[in-house]
Amino acid sequence: MNVGIGLPNTIPGTDGRLLVDWARHADAGPFSTVATLDRLAYDSIDPFCALAAAAAVTDRVALATMIAIGPLRNTALLVKEAASVDAVAGGRLTLGLAVGARLDDYETAGVPHSGRGARLSEQLAALRDGDGLGVRRDLRLLVGGNTGPAFARMARYADGYAHNGGPPRAFDRAAAGARAAWSDLGRPGRPLLWGQGYFALGDEDAGAAYLRDYYAFTGPFAERIAAGNLTSARAIKDFVRGYAEAGCDELILFPTVADAAQLDRLAEVLA
Amino acid sequence: MRIRIAGAGPAGLQLAILLKKADASHDVTVVERNAPDATFGWGVVFSEETLGALRDADPETHLRISDTFARWPTVDIRYRGRLLRSRGHAFSAIARRLLLEILQRRATDLGVVLRFRTEVADVAELAADADVVVAADGVNSFVRRAYADELGARVEAQGCKYVWFGTDLVLDAFTFIFKQTDVGLVQVHAYPFDERTSTWIVECPEDTWRRLGFDAMDEAESLAACEALFAEELDGHSLLSNRSLWTSFQLVRCDSWHRGNVVLLGDAAHTAHFSIGSGTKLAMEDAIALSQAFVRHPDRIERALVDYELERQPVVERFQQAAGESAAYFTRVERYAHMEPMPFAFNLLTRSGRVTHANLAQRDPQFVRVLDAWFHTGGQSRSGAVAPPPMFSPWRAGAVALRNRVVRATADAKRLPELAAGGAGLVLAGPVAATPDGRISHDTPVLDDGWEALADAVHAAGAHVGVLLTHAGRRGSTHPRARGADIPLREGGWQLLAPSAIPYAARMPVPRAMTAADMAAVRDALAGAARRAARAGIDVLELDMGHGYLLASFLSPASNRRDDEYGGDRLRFPLEVLDAVREAWPEDRLLAVRLGVMDGTRRGLQLREGIAIARELAEHGCGLVDVVAGQTLPEAPRADYRRGFLTSLADRVRAETRVPTLVGGYLTTPDEVNTIIGAGRADLCLLEVPDTELERQVLARPPEPVAAVAVA
Repeated sequence: MNVGIGLPNTIPGTDGRLLVDWARHADAGPFSTVATLDRLAYDSIDPFCALAAAAAVTDRVALATMIAIGPLRNTALLVKEAASVDAVAGGRLTLGLAVGARLDDYETAGVPHSGRGARLSEQLAALRDGDGLGVRRDLRLLVGGNTGPAFARMARYADGYAHNGGPPRAFDRAAAGARAAWSDLGRPGRPLLWGQGYFALGDEDAGAAYLRDYYAFTGPFAERIAAGNLTSARAIKDFVRGYAEAGCDELILFPTVADAAQLDRLAEVLA
Repeated sequence: MRIRIAGAGPAGLQLAILLKKADASHDVTVVERNAPDATFGWGVVFSEETLGALRDADPETHLRISDTFARWPTVDIRYRGRLLRSRGHAFSAIARRLLLEILQRRATDLGVVLRFRTEVADVAELAADADVVVAADGVNSFVRRAYADELGARVEAQGCKYVWFGTDLVLDAFTFIFKQTDVGLVQVHAYPFDERTSTWIVECPEDTWRRLGFDAMDEAESLAACEALFAEELDGHSLLSNRSLWTSFQLVRCDSWHRGNVVLLGDAAHTAHFSIGSGTKLAMEDAIALSQAFVRHPDRIERALVDYELERQPVVERFQQAAGESAAYFTRVERYAHMEPMPFAFNLLTRSGRVTHANLAQRDPQFVRVLDAWFHTGGQSRSGAVAPPPMFSPWRAGAVALRNRVVRATADAKRLPELAAGGAGLVLAGPVAATPDGRISHDTPVLDDGWEALADAVHAAGAHVGVLLTHAGRRGSTHPRARGADIPLREGGWQLLAPSAIPYAARMPVPRAMTAADMAAVRDALAGAARRAARAGIDVLELDMGHGYLLASFLSPASNRRDDEYGGDRLRFPLEVLDAVREAWPEDRLLAVRLGVMDGTRRGLQLREGIAIARELAEHGCGLVDVVAGQTLPEAPRADYRRGFLTSLADRVRAETRVPTLVGGYLTTPDEVNTIIGAGRADLCLLEVPDTELERQVLARPPEPVAAVAVA
């Protein structure tokens, strides 16, 4: 299993230049990937912009959206944007897409919330089709979501599954759903399985406060997500081991505190 | 801490005891609206696991409880005049009244204040006056209802109608009784809980309940009617009532179990159907977990409550899932009433998914030995017989006698001999098209004349060979599936056919609505392929009516919008094809159909109709239904993917039509296969074996020769 690191692109107040430094730093290792989250109606930096910047200052790491909310975007522009980031990154992009969970992102984008699943499917079909927009037919696609239709969409159009976080047992259950759908759709081999978690090594109160705010829309779940923040070397190692045992191919650890020291501490734990 | 607990049931009292034990300075008061000796129901069941947790948490209580327990290792199943006994199950039960007495005494000894006959008037007021308010006030929780929206609380009826009696018949086993009446099956769940008394729960589906007239009876009348119905099993003993009224089980679920400093415990937060006997167990374990969370986070109440939820919710969800399966089993058990006692009993024991062939073999090795032998011999086993497990029992249909119940499938026909050598009874190639224009993609094989060698190689390996014969319909002309399914070819594609001119998915071409000539051509092509398959020595022909391919697209109202007789009767064209193929296929060889029994969308094909279609296919000579679902439309809101996601559908098809079934749905272990086959949920299983590291290690190359390593 590879372990990648998230960019702090959705932590409010993050200095844009910090993102660039963060990516450069991550390129020095031991991380396999730098990845972004996506939020429209929130103080955050656009994932494609962040990854384009990261592409410019890195040579080694893979770049990934984990995930980007496809249906908020015009399909052709989404395909163009993904193809462009992939191009400036020299083919290092993995594009994870999902419908997202927040109504206000849709309202802000002026895009209807209903029908979002079918629209995501159309976008995935467009990405696979190429559509003359310069996207590679073998661009690696991941799809997220925990429902039957999401697993089916993943298995129909993508190369793998992007899980939305939680303890290894939750990942394991979702991975079984992804594999079952993959087989049902007659895909050869098996889906790539990507997982994610949050960490704060030091300054854990700030990390918890961020998660409570970021997930405030989930009501009581925000507190539970905050409680799941990995705040010790031990917790991170257990989490990494649990995901590896559950068959995860790539685990992305997202920061909850926008401080470059967090990256160094995580590198130390993983070394 | 000032802790106020609403409800002096087992959970509330247990929590009070544990909190007071952890810190005697805690100010703990339990408020209960009823009198100390008021209790409903009879005995409650515990598991060994709960007892272990209780022993660690409070040895004194554990000792007193276990002194008065009824314990027994057996489950008795009374069905069709037989008694089947399974051993090795560790049950224990106690009179609820006695359990409460013990807990009340222990709580009082530790300095907990118990206030009976006291209503909680206002939760907010209570919460303002305490550090923590615990709602342990049961399934009808007053506190939960006060905060229903914030907690995301949902309550719904689940399972059969039931009534909770006692009896002075002292049983020596957990006893299930299935009683056939002329209006339906009625079940009893009964178990002892002390030296004089047993719990005796009677249940049946609501329509049976009405037909038996229970809806119009009062307490005494229904007791008398139940006594009469089970006179033989009660053996002269009486049923006892304790406000025993017919009711429906209330399934309680909440997104969150706490709000501010108010937290739900036990039945107030969640219930699990009584037929897996885990309500008291879950409640007591909640109490232990909550008390420990307070110890871990002494001054951070919110953190403790979140920790408690994080620990307990996944456990409770698993039990609710199992309990839901069990409750559903009892509502449909009448459909299994044709089964022989042995598979019926195994089906019952494995109903919730928590007991499988493998772990029953640990609990009760002799039961599983008898089951295996019974299965292997088709019910003709002798005393003392041994046999391989159900997966390896032979299966016969016409001239086809499979060596076992395992089916392996591959899209790459060249792999058939390898899969046959791997031990499967039947190896299935597919999808295979009859003609090039029926292919899914360029790499879909066509059933031409070159299949003899493959069939011979499979036969040489001891297996039978089948072909899944498909016409892709509107899902054709796509790229191979390496990078996705239903990705249309831009160049070099071919004309698609469908009942109506509606494309399958985004960017797929519009198919041609089939003409009479198209239909005749497709029918003849498939029949021709059947003839070639027969000549090649293929043993099983499976006609594809699933997953939105051509014949399935005729079955679904979402894709078949024709206004001619092929739309009015959506089964008409598929049946014409089946008849033509049956005619072309040797009479003694098995003709199977892969049937999509439901679409998973509101306007698509529903399961009820799917089952009726299966019945009709059987009447037209289909000897095996391969049960699948979904993919008829690309967006199916009710799609469901997990391990064994097709098992319950195959089970319904088999139980309601008695047509043999093949089921897949991501089954990856022999244990799943043994459990499904042994319980009669399907006749054959499609097994998918993942790559394993171990096989790579073991099979890579021969090990080094055994040689002594010289030491010093």
